[in-house]
Amino acid sequence: MVQNMSRALVEVQGLGKRFDVSSPWLNRVLAREPKRYLSAVESVDFVIEKGTTFALVGESGSGKSTIAKMLVGLMPPSTGRVVIDGVDLMQADALEQNQLRRRIQMIFQDPYASLNPRWRIDEIIGEPVLAFEPEISRRDRSRRVAELLEQVGLSATDAHRYPHEFSGGQRQRIGIARALASKPELIVCDEPTSALDVSVQAQVLNLMRDLQTELGLTYLFITHDLSVVRYMADAIGVLYLGSLVESAPASSLFDTPQHPYTRMLLEAAPRLDGFGRQHQPPAGEIPDPINRPSGCFYHPRCPFVTPKCAQEQPLQRSMGQAQVACHEVERLPVYHPGQVIEPSVSN
Amino acid sequence: MNSDSSDLLLDVNNLRVEIAQRQGTLTPVDDVSFKINAGEIVGVVGESGAGKSITGAAIIGLLERPAGIAGGTVSLLGQRIDNLPLKELRKIRGSQIGTIFQDPLTSLNPLQRIGDQLAETALAHLPVSRSEARDLALAALEDVGIPGAAQRLNAYPHEFSGGMRQRVVIALALIAEPSLVIADEPTTALDVSVQAQILTLLKDLCLKRGMGVMLITHDMGVIAETTDRVVVLYAGRVAEVGPTASVMRAPLHPYTAGLMGATPSATRRQGERLQQIPGSMPSLRNATVGCAFAARCQHVMPQCIDVRPPLIEHESHEVACYLHDPTVAPDGARHQLISSHGNSDGVGQ
Repeated sequence: MVQNMSRALVEVQGLGKRFDVSSPWLNRVLAREPKRYLSAVESVDFVIEKGTTFALVGESGSGKSTIAKMLVGLMPPSTGRVVIDGVDLMQADALEQNQLRRRIQMIFQDPYASLNPRWRIDEIIGEPVLAFEPEISRRDRSRRVAELLEQVGLSATDAHRYPHEFSGGQRQRIGIARALASKPELIVCDEPTSALDVSVQAQVLNLMRDLQTELGLTYLFITHDLSVVRYMADAIGVLYLGSLVESAPASSLFDTPQHPYTRMLLEAAPRLDGFGRQHQPPAGEIPDPINRPSGCFYHPRCPFVTPKCAQEQPLQRSMGQAQVACHEVERLPVYHPGQVIEPSVSN
Repeated sequence: MNSDSSDLLLDVNNLRVEIAQRQGTLTPVDDVSFKINAGEIVGVVGESGAGKSITGAAIIGLLERPAGIAGGTVSLLGQRIDNLPLKELRKIRGSQIGTIFQDPLTSLNPLQRIGDQLAETALAHLPVSRSEARDLALAALEDVGIPGAAQRLNAYPHEFSGGMRQRVVIALALIAEPSLVIADEPTTALDVSVQAQILTLLKDLCLKRGMGVMLITHDMGVIAETTDRVVVLYAGRVAEVGPTASVMRAPLHPYTAGLMGATPSATRRQGERLQQIPGSMPSLRNATVGCAFAARCQHVMPQCIDVRPPLIEHESHEVACYLHDPTVAPDGARHQLISSHGNSDGVGQ
């Protein structure tokens, strides 16, 4: 990753998604309720360099999967732009969109739900090949399927079997082979190993890294698991209630986390060497995304809260290599792993 | 009563669970033995299909036909509980053994107020009046840290968040002051910040009341931070038992070592390659004669395939592996295991 070699493949600017969660029209009129909206994602900016892995980390309700869907064009954004290799995904005409689509693929979380149980493996992997090369001959197509299967560590003879004959890890390999079928540049991975056991997760994560080196792939990696992020990511964005609170290169995020929420996440994650570790568990829970707190969304749980935090939403500012959305970031104590943070507020 | 026998809370001895099927009998739990002392948190760890949850269900007698205990004994405080009639067993469940399951929404009755559910449990197991049961319910909610407990007694489960709901389930499990708590993946459905809260709560309450806890999980990090001893299960059998820190720092069984090497960790160096265990756990239908891990093990020897290794004591662990049986394995092989996993896994160094 040399600085002058790097080129942005994905640019996300001011991305937002608002869902209408109002009651049905008649109930609303009778109860004189206003319309209610849920902001799942709000003004998110990030850039993914070609050939690198950008990870989005967050707890449930942080908008991770919504961003993934908007990036691959499965869901239109309410505000903002997704620019892929200089082309705006929403402004592009049908032909351009179609060309972009083959360059973006997705790997899903649940390998049991993401493969059609009635299709054989050669049909599952062959479909995207056919979609992007309609002229391809039957023989070339099955040769391509065999190549893809071997690339992900399965055997070419597996092409005639059905998904139920495979274990979870093997199914996820099939999902990866299907994503590779259109020779993509960007793969959006939404919790690709959350449903897998650790020993199988290691196989799949290693495979994904090998494929990245071999094919020069760019990954957007979405997960709630910080330890997996440490293994996979070059840069990381931390989401809380739909907004980025911190984005930084992986090494800097783990060694010197800036935002109080990032610090909390690192502290709360169980450690393999944390034998008998005594630590103050974080206070509070994720608030209701429909009635988000005022100001900084994290202020009711933040140990470093000031009156300003409740009033004003913090803007992103640079802090070392990181972009942090926190009013107090310059005045926070230096982070030491394992430090006990006494919460100054309780809820 | 001397202190040795009063400390021993749960004694699972050669437990074997079978499921009768038309195609043959499956054995999801095969000759599993371990002990839990009062005031001790014992982790049971393994991947899916290792038999963790079935072991837990067998201990509280929740197995239903065609599954059933086919051998071995389960004793609680010296009394056998695996062969009790249902009526006797129901007295023990709740009063002597509390259970916490993974999904708090399915453990609570959605149509009953929280206070009523708690009071009902207290009434069923304790010699108390209705108003005393109500007071106990309030005290139980306060103990698990639910803010505004007095008002929340009248709330329904859907009015609580996931973390608060799991607190209610813990209150329900502990209200009759059981001596043993079986927690089956109690935090798997929760976010990390809430997981840390629930684990700390569970640890504090158990220490305060001197309860024994059987914590079933697949998460090695949770095991490290929460448990005193750990039982590693593989394909329904015990691979290794020992003090948690020692098992995780210097695993003796190649499967434990592989599991540690495969687990990504925030303390690991960035970009370090994960060790992978080739293959996957054998299906129950293809039961192995020898060691269940033999097909995936890099230290496999002829004995491993033919004869199942017994659980032998080695250092402070019990381990089911011929590498640590001086009559079978040369010293060289054992040394090799430690150098290939123990030092490179980035743990405890």
